[in-house]
Amino acid sequence: MAITPPSNLLWWREPVARTELVWIIIAFAWGLVMFFMMIYWHGAGEQNLSNEAYRISAERFTEKTNEMIESHEVRKEGNFPVVRPPPGSDVYLIARLWHWWPILELEKGQSYRLHLSSLDWQHGFSLQPTNINVQVHPGYELVMTVEPDRAGEYAVVCNEFCGIGHHLMVGKIYVTE
Amino acid sequence: MAEAFRTCPTTGLKVHLPAENLIKANAVAAVVFLAIGGFFGLLVALTRWPAVHLLPADWFYLALTAHGLDVLLVWIIFFEMAVLYFASAVLLNCRLATPRVAWAGFVLMLAGAIIVNVAVLQGQSTVMFTSYVPMKAAPHFYLGMLLFAVGALLGCFVFFGTLVVAREERTYRGSIPLVTFGALTAAIIAVFTIASGAIILIPTFLWSLGIIQHIDTMVYKTVWWAMGHSSQQINVAAHVAVWYAIAAMVLGAKPISEKVSRLAFLFYILFLQLASAHHMLVEPGVSSEWKIFNTSYAMYLAVLGSMIHGMTVPGSIEAAQRRRGLTNGIFEWLRKAPWGNPAFSGMFMSLVMFGFIGGISGVVMGTEQINLIMHNTLYVPGHFHGTVVAGTTLAFMAITYLVIPLIFRRELVMPRVAKWQPYVFGLGVAGISLFMMGAGTLGVARRHWDITFAGAMLPYDYPGAAFLMMGLNGLSAVLATIGGIMYVVVVVGSVFFGRRVEGPVELGPPAPRGVAGGSDLPAAEVVGQYGSAGTLKIPGTVALVGVFFVCFVLYYFVNWKYLSEIWPLR
Ligand code: HEM
Ligand SMILES: [Cu+2]
Ligand SMILES: [Cu+2]
Repeated sequence: MAITPPSNLLWWREPVARTELVWIIIAFAWGLVMFFMMIYWHGAGEQNLSNEAYRISAERFTEKTNEMIESHEVRKEGNFPVVRPPPGSDVYLIARLWHWWPILELEKGQSYRLHLSSLDWQHGFSLQPTNINVQVHPGYELVMTVEPDRAGEYAVVCNEFCGIGHHLMVGKIYVTE
Repeated sequence: MAEAFRTCPTTGLKVHLPAENLIKANAVAAVVFLAIGGFFGLLVALTRWPAVHLLPADWFYLALTAHGLDVLLVWIIFFEMAVLYFASAVLLNCRLATPRVAWAGFVLMLAGAIIVNVAVLQGQSTVMFTSYVPMKAAPHFYLGMLLFAVGALLGCFVFFGTLVVAREERTYRGSIPLVTFGALTAAIIAVFTIASGAIILIPTFLWSLGIIQHIDTMVYKTVWWAMGHSSQQINVAAHVAVWYAIAAMVLGAKPISEKVSRLAFLFYILFLQLASAHHMLVEPGVSSEWKIFNTSYAMYLAVLGSMIHGMTVPGSIEAAQRRRGLTNGIFEWLRKAPWGNPAFSGMFMSLVMFGFIGGISGVVMGTEQINLIMHNTLYVPGHFHGTVVAGTTLAFMAITYLVIPLIFRRELVMPRVAKWQPYVFGLGVAGISLFMMGAGTLGVARRHWDITFAGAMLPYDYPGAAFLMMGLNGLSAVLATIGGIMYVVVVVGSVFFGRRVEGPVELGPPAPRGVAGGSDLPAAEVVGQYGSAGTLKIPGTVALVGVFFVCFVLYYFVNWKYLSEIWPLR
């Protein structure tokens, strides 16, 4: 029994039952499938998170964001500048307690290099309703190329707990035709 | 010396009284913290139920921090200490090495747990159990965690010491039992876990005191999860050992093959790898090669370990039942299993739900790219309520129903309540797991007070289905809480007011006539010679495993499909 020492002192010499052996082989093969699936998706899939990231200070990231806002602001919504950067360009989004800055307006079917960083604590970039979730760290700038494929209004929900205002931290991204 | 032992009338094992007292103390502490943590869990779930929205925001985040700490850390690890002492001193017929050190460990753990709870309740440490920097808790929050960890480490050393003593004093013949081997796996992983915890929590403690200026967020997270994830591997090793133990005690089940089951445990140690990896899949600047290698634990070999246990545990039960004459069709052994015995029913539900809910979702979510659609959504707590609640907690609850008569030597009070408890709790937990996973698939964030975003400067509405999921989650939470209360009531009632057990106890159905076996420990030898190749026919298990595999494969590819529907990313 499992709570007594093995009755067969030489238990490691016992042959393995066929049923078990077959299952081990199937499970192992399935592991290989799942392993290669990740590699395959890097080639064939369209959704892979970029590995491009840099160390950056909060000041420097704010500067770069402000430059973008100055050149491409199209209007204001409340306090938030709405920025419409040209397709293919570098786009910056600041996470800080407790908002995403600024509002972005992107064009459907175009790609943008989206830079994400936090000025204070960690935040979670959760783009809804498409459901893309990426962690945002202070001191690190993540650069990923995104290609919005449907027009509409998207929300950036913060999904990393960031203190008492966490549930108020919502940003916006417009995607136009 | 002699009076330090008693002989167990049920198993004939010599029980070292200091070991027995330590098992009792750790189990009681565990249950107390489960009750506290479970209470916070209910408050959290009721707050996340949009129609109820019970707590104000600050209390919600505080309660969530306390819930995570009290159940994940304190309840589980105290209970694991009891499992370690049981699997070493009791199963090996041996004295516990240095009970004094074990008591010191217990006191440290208790002090640590109390300090952490006080810190959280004081309100300056609402940082969640992960306490990601640069969010800062009060210094005694980290100090409490460290004390708790040191106490657990002492417990592990006492366990190792007991194995050495047993070997030197020749208290058993041959190799250690499989259950002890599983516990050994857990203890080895625990040492690695606690070392990682110390590496990250000591600097963080110093940082909270102002002695260290800066802690890098990525470094923190990587090392923190080397602790945080490995500790989940401890839980798996421990609850799998508990599955084997219950199957053996209730049905006299013998592992189909000692070799295979032990190898599967060994996989847990060997392929633990940098288990932090799957918590780092959407962090900035982590290379894909590192992620793929580590999430697949070098080709999913740790998962393979669990998949092996997933067959050998039910397989050994089926083999034992068939030996008892339940051979009709492919499922008579299962239909006529002791479903009224909470130790068995809890164990079997733990096995099924751990595999189907926790296991499958974990592997899917830990796939490099698929993590993009799940990270930090409610899918994550959905998944781990499938592993650590439906799996570990339910398994620990189940074995409690054997520990009470054998170690506390009390009869269960309210046996009818005990009989229904695993079902009520199991159903509730299945609900919270699945509905949180459902809400997560719809994008709902975890650790979030208000999914209506009332008061936010910019609005957003989650789909209506998400609100439905959160309501169903709340209902399931109430059910799980009732199951939890039933457990606590039966345990506390039995320990304090249960009738004393004098003679041997009946742990499972008696061995059928004509089949060799002890009447004391049911069917002790019934399947004594089971397990050699060729004699084994377990068609029912093969069918169950087949269903599991099909679900796994389908669900895995469905999620790739979901992934392919989000914005293209490079
Ligand atoms: C009555 C039973 C329980 C209920 C109703 C319950 C419910 C919940 C809910 C609703 C959440 C919040 C999810 C979120 O907002 O992010 C949560 C989080 C959590 N639960 Fe439970 N739970 C229960 C038992 C347990 C047990 C027994 C464990 C561990 C063994 C556990 C471990 C956790 C952990 C680790 C978290 C995450 C905390 C965090 O995000 O910091 N729960 N639970
Ligand atoms: Cu935030
Ligand atoms: Cu947040």
